Amino acid sequence: MTPKQKRLLVRIVCALALLIATALGGSHLPGGTPVRLLAYLIPYAIVGWEIIWKAVRNLTHGQLLDENFLMSIATFGAFATGEFAEAVAVMVFYQVGELFQDVAVDRSRRSITALMDICPEYANLEQDGALVQTDPDAVAIGTIIVIRPGERVPLDGVVVDGTSALDTAALTGEAMPQGVQVGDEVISGCVNGSGTLRVRTTKEFEDSTVSKILELVESATEKKAKTENFITRFARVYTPLVVLGAVLLAVIPSLVTGDWGKWIHQACVFLVISCPCALVISVPLGFFSGIGAASRQGVLIKGSNYLEALAQMQVMVCDKTGTLTTGKFTVTGCAPVGLTEQELLELAALAEGYSNHPIASSIREAYAGALDLARVTDYHEQSGTGVSADIDGHPVLAGNKRLLTGAGVAVPDIPGTAVFLARDGAYCGCVQLADEAKPGAAEALAALRGVGVANIVMLTGDRRAAATETALALGIDDVRAELLPGDKVESVEQLLREMHGSGKLAFVGDGINDAPVLGRADIGIAMGAMGSDAAIEAADVVLMHDDLRKIAETVRIARKTLLVVRQNIAFALAIKAIVLVLGAAGIASMWLAVFADVGVCVLAILNAMRAR
Amino acid sequence: MKKKFKLQDLDCAACAAKMEDAIKKISGVNDASVNFLMQKLTVDADDEAFDAIMEQVENACKRVEPDCKILR
Repeated sequence: MTPKQKRLLVRIVCALALLIATALGGSHLPGGTPVRLLAYLIPYAIVGWEIIWKAVRNLTHGQLLDENFLMSIATFGAFATGEFAEAVAVMVFYQVGELFQDVAVDRSRRSITALMDICPEYANLEQDGALVQTDPDAVAIGTIIVIRPGERVPLDGVVVDGTSALDTAALTGEAMPQGVQVGDEVISGCVNGSGTLRVRTTKEFEDSTVSKILELVESATEKKAKTENFITRFARVYTPLVVLGAVLLAVIPSLVTGDWGKWIHQACVFLVISCPCALVISVPLGFFSGIGAASRQGVLIKGSNYLEALAQMQVMVCDKTGTLTTGKFTVTGCAPVGLTEQELLELAALAEGYSNHPIASSIREAYAGALDLARVTDYHEQSGTGVSADIDGHPVLAGNKRLLTGAGVAVPDIPGTAVFLARDGAYCGCVQLADEAKPGAAEALAALRGVGVANIVMLTGDRRAAATETALALGIDDVRAELLPGDKVESVEQLLREMHGSGKLAFVGDGINDAPVLGRADIGIAMGAMGSDAAIEAADVVLMHDDLRKIAETVRIARKTLLVVRQNIAFALAIKAIVLVLGAAGIASMWLAVFADVGVCVLAILNAMRAR
Repeated sequence: MKKKFKLQDLDCAACAAKMEDAIKKISGVNDASVNFLMQKLTVDADDEAFDAIMEQVENACKRVEPDCKILR
């Protein structure tokens, strides 16, 4: 508890003791009602003076209808109608609730931020042979910092001396240590293992991974979910309406029945529950706690709105290569026509000599021999289809079926992924390749179906036969193959149209080259993004580790968060509605009203913490 | 220019929302958000008059929640 909270606690205890004493011994006091009133005013002043002070002060600032003002009026009303003990008790009870609420919010804030306890406190600089601890904020790019065993990496950089294993669990939720040596990049937020590292920083603290992540999670609640906006709008009309109701309740039944005391008392009940606090706190707290839980799993969600969308996710569109498969191709065979296998492979390796496509590097690896790239002239890469080049002066095409048929070359049907080659306009064979499904991919998709993602679609630029093979192995029934990069956006748009606005569509990619698709989908998920600024920038949800299984886990967290948030809204509204009805009927006590206000608020806060 | 400030003794979520509304209405402020959970204020305002605008921001906060201090 903070000193402020402790002081309030002391005041509550004192006031409560005095109240009980007065209530028990009040009837023996000489002097009648005025003296009794005075005796009750003492504990009232002890516990409630700052409520009244704030009410007056805020009133002069034009803050009508604030919580303090409403409580003051309500308790004054109780005094005016002769309910002295109730007036004091309500104020005590209200303060107890406020204290509880304050402590609960503090606790939840701390426990959520503890999940994201990745912020390094210092960086070690070497000065005259001694280590000096410095604020990471003050370390310039290019400085050599020392990271001792067990310390947190404070800034992104490159290892210049030493080897060690880094624990990335705080960032990725994955306990696999990652070995690093001279020349490797290290990422801030990881914990150093057993070796001492010297690192040349490559980024300032502000741009370091750890700052980016913290910034992202902290500001995530600022992107409000629809549910939250609804609550804000609701809160704006709720208070004035209830206060208006209170005025009407004080006047109309009193004029009819003539019993002013009773109905003014009931109107005070209305005033006590007119504050929408339970809703205004517990809804964003629920989302925040869900986002915190996801970040502990190594999943960054960039806004409450995306968490809400994840809970309604029905269609997941996956990129194949690098997402469902490892993205590492191996050459599985050659089918030459009029050449030897080795000649074909050499031709393919030369043609793909300048390309940095994963398939190209696999072919070069399979060829293994030295490549004389001087033999390659007039090299052109055609995005999504392949390459054309002159090799030893002969025009060569190397790429998919579309590239060759487009150039008027007839191509046989070959199952699987293959690079087709044509020299001098004649087909001369193909190199067949395969990439493996990621370990755990099939399991991840099954888990997604388990949480209600009914439709899983695979998009790929690969040949249909290869795509179908992967799809079969993973149990995907909707495959859209042979797509050019632009076609993927088209496919996602078509899927969105087919959904007719019900449910949400997520696209999962590796964050490289698929920014347009990530942007077009309701939820863009980038995976394996640790250290990749571009992916963190483009996506709405970022998987720090490239483990597809985290998606199902995240959907589960999102569902639970939404459930908790809805429970809170329903619970708070229901209790308030019941008390309002009882109040209008003239049978609600002020005790009940205070419970409906602060009690509900505390319960809602405790419930919101369950979203973890 | 966008700047973040820590808030001290921001006790009520409804006040945070009121503060946010009030700050957004100040001329020269492009955007503002009050994060009750993190106890943080983010102000995006015109560069030239930033300090003068912050004075107004502080006044606006005082009007809504006199106990809450902006640490800067």
